[in-house]
Amino acid sequence: MPDNGAAEVQSAPTTTNGAAAETKRQRVRMLISALGMLPVLLILCIGFHFLSEGRFFTGQNLGIVLQQAAVNTVLAAGMTFVILTGGIDLSVGSILAAAAMAGLTLSKLPELGVLWLPAALLTGLVFGVVNGALIALLRLPPFIVTLGSLTAVRGLARLLGADTTVFNPSIPYAFIGNGSLTLVPGVASIPWLSVIALLVILVSWLVLRRTVLGVHIYAVGGNESAARLAGIKVWGVLIFVYGISGLFAGLGGAMQAARLYAANGLQLGQSYELDAITAVILGGTSFVGGIGSIWGTLVGALIIAVLSNGLILVGVSDIWQYVIKGLVIIGAVALDRYRLQGSART
Amino acid sequence: MNDPILEMRGVSKSFFGIKALRAVDLTVYAGEIHALMGENGAGKSTLMKILSGAYRPDPGGEIRIEGHPVRIEGPLGGRAAGISIIYQELSLAPNLSVAENIYLGREISRSGLLARGEMREGVGPILKRLGADFLPSTLVAHLSMGQRQLVEIARALHARSKILIMDEPTTALSAGESARLFALIRQLRAEGLAIIYISHRMDEVYALGDRVTVLRDGRLVGSLDKPDIRADTIVRLMVGRDVSSFYKKDHDPDAGRGHPVLAAIDMADGQRVRGCSLTVHAGEVIGMAGLIGAGRTELAHLIIGALPKTSGRLELEGHPVEIRNPGEALEAGIAYLTEDRKALGLFLDMSCLDNINLAVLGRDAKLGWFLDRDKARERADRAFAGLSIRAANVGVPAGGLSGGNQQKLLLSRLLAIGPKVLILDEPTRGVDVGAKSEIYSIIDNLAKAGTAILVISSDLPEIIGICDRVVVMRAGHIAGEVRRGPNSPLAQEDIMALATGMEHLDA
Repeated sequence: MPDNGAAEVQSAPTTTNGAAAETKRQRVRMLISALGMLPVLLILCIGFHFLSEGRFFTGQNLGIVLQQAAVNTVLAAGMTFVILTGGIDLSVGSILAAAAMAGLTLSKLPELGVLWLPAALLTGLVFGVVNGALIALLRLPPFIVTLGSLTAVRGLARLLGADTTVFNPSIPYAFIGNGSLTLVPGVASIPWLSVIALLVILVSWLVLRRTVLGVHIYAVGGNESAARLAGIKVWGVLIFVYGISGLFAGLGGAMQAARLYAANGLQLGQSYELDAITAVILGGTSFVGGIGSIWGTLVGALIIAVLSNGLILVGVSDIWQYVIKGLVIIGAVALDRYRLQGSART
Repeated sequence: MNDPILEMRGVSKSFFGIKALRAVDLTVYAGEIHALMGENGAGKSTLMKILSGAYRPDPGGEIRIEGHPVRIEGPLGGRAAGISIIYQELSLAPNLSVAENIYLGREISRSGLLARGEMREGVGPILKRLGADFLPSTLVAHLSMGQRQLVEIARALHARSKILIMDEPTTALSAGESARLFALIRQLRAEGLAIIYISHRMDEVYALGDRVTVLRDGRLVGSLDKPDIRADTIVRLMVGRDVSSFYKKDHDPDAGRGHPVLAAIDMADGQRVRGCSLTVHAGEVIGMAGLIGAGRTELAHLIIGALPKTSGRLELEGHPVEIRNPGEALEAGIAYLTEDRKALGLFLDMSCLDNINLAVLGRDAKLGWFLDRDKARERADRAFAGLSIRAANVGVPAGGLSGGNQQKLLLSRLLAIGPKVLILDEPTRGVDVGAKSEIYSIIDNLAKAGTAILVISSDLPEIIGICDRVVVMRAGHIAGEVRRGPNSPLAQEDIMALATGMEHLDA
């Protein structure tokens, strides 16, 4: 079950009957808030299954959904860190493109080719840390800084390939993009892209919920001034979250490069930041910062992938898909408002 | 006395079966200042919200204004009935002018256009009557808290209100501003307004109240007339039992002669703190008095490294220490309790457990990074038991707790580091009487255990009640120190004289 402190509530002792009723009400609220959009995801899946006459819940189709969700899940995980601090990272799509370009370019060098993967990750990390440093040390607004790097890094991505598409049909580690991890031979397998996305979610959960840094991230998002007075190095937390977002964007770039054997600095990752932000918001993370969970983000990313996939299965035109997705986002956030009414800060 | 202007008979209010107000009878006369007291949760705000129209009372009760039964409905109902409320957090729009704020919701327009000139002229006489030293065209953002309060009062007068309810109006005011507000309240009384004055502060209630009504657990437990308004009678009504020693001071008052723990020497920030030196000894409680704006909070911020200093040095237990940020202060064992717990202290969305453990997470961590959840849980449970923090459990968000419990929560975060020096900035602001006396006894116990404690407070009875000696700040420097005599307690007059600069006149 998503981690949202629900376990703590259940194990707590209660003193009087009134308190017990109150605790029970709180528990229900916690459960609703922890489950979040999961019911919406399930309803969407079942709905599409019937509307598409049983073509949704097939092994092959689910594989496609998971694979399509993978890159966005990774970007959205990084975005969760950033939004939890009350910030935003608009540059992830551009960083993804730059990282993919850097990786592919390096992969074509015979001696250094195997280093393309760490190079892509490093490219992402560096851009992310630069974002973070500008925000944390110069105290510039995240929206402005990352809006700037959205444009600037896109330009750098185009420069890297001299504004052409870079191909490498024999890129090392190509299995990342197109292979599958066999669970039961001949019966069940899971795309490596999805395995990576799941690992990213697990690592993010570990950092957010089980480390000191995680509590500090929530604290900075919840009340930056109080965090500073409580002795938290706010600048360090900010550089970390933007660094992570950049690193995950770099990983996303590597995943795309391995899948396509190619990258184009102009086209790759265009407006990916919007899908990532959408997944985070669908997952119930507050735009103000301080509230949210990585599991919600996973559900949010899956909702987006299921919507795209399901609408195609049902035969809805490309244009209407845009309209429907947009409405789902607004509806989901409206629902979120309703369920957060009990929160201390609205 | 004349006829009552407001009569409430048997007014009750329940929420989902819980009685917030039980058959309250309240009578208020024109031309009186009626103080309303009670602990947080006693029903004061429910009562106010009924009078403002935000809540509808349960059927059965009756509200009469000038003898006529009225039904107060909707947010504008109170104002229509002649009742204006000035809330603790003022409800002005800072981006609009004084005149626009006063006319808010009732703007004058001429063929659809705002008649700004006419509005400015309209508020002129009222501002003059209140002795305002600002123009109707001034933006509210440029006004001090005291001036903003005047705008609120002007708005009430402009609406021709006959009953003015003020909810802790001096919370954000300096002593000078409070004195001016009191004069104004008395003037309004003389003009025949009825004023319901809600406050936690005894000195204000003595100074102003013609009558005091005390609420407890939603019941009206008593009304006192002027001659009977005394601290012991009020506290007894509020708490429901005798409070023999409200301020607790069992620790050794001569501890000040013990070894010095923290010495701050010549601290300055170039603006609001100019060359302040002071020493705190183990086991003593020093008070820091002064008017608001005297630089007390700024001095505390300089000590813990939250503000950059232009000069000054610190010695901790005789050794020089360099403290550049609040994190280093905590590591050195200097803990600071902020005066603004919601904005600068607590994380309202985070659990009590996280709030308590925040400062020691790194110290407790396993492998330097990973949370030690058992230790955190234990620490939170101990804090809940030790400081009697009342909440459903340690997992609930801090934002849901009452003011007193939030303050104890924040205090327990500081105590978790085992501080050598504790700087408490207005430790009982916005805290009910019960929690106040608990906080006093926590301070007393810490002093007994040898902690050096500096209490910044604007509540003089509190400073005199719990401190061993008092350092007084005025306009950025230490104006002097007040010590108790061999047989005499700390004198409020001496402290006020230093704080206001009157001691030169005496000399």
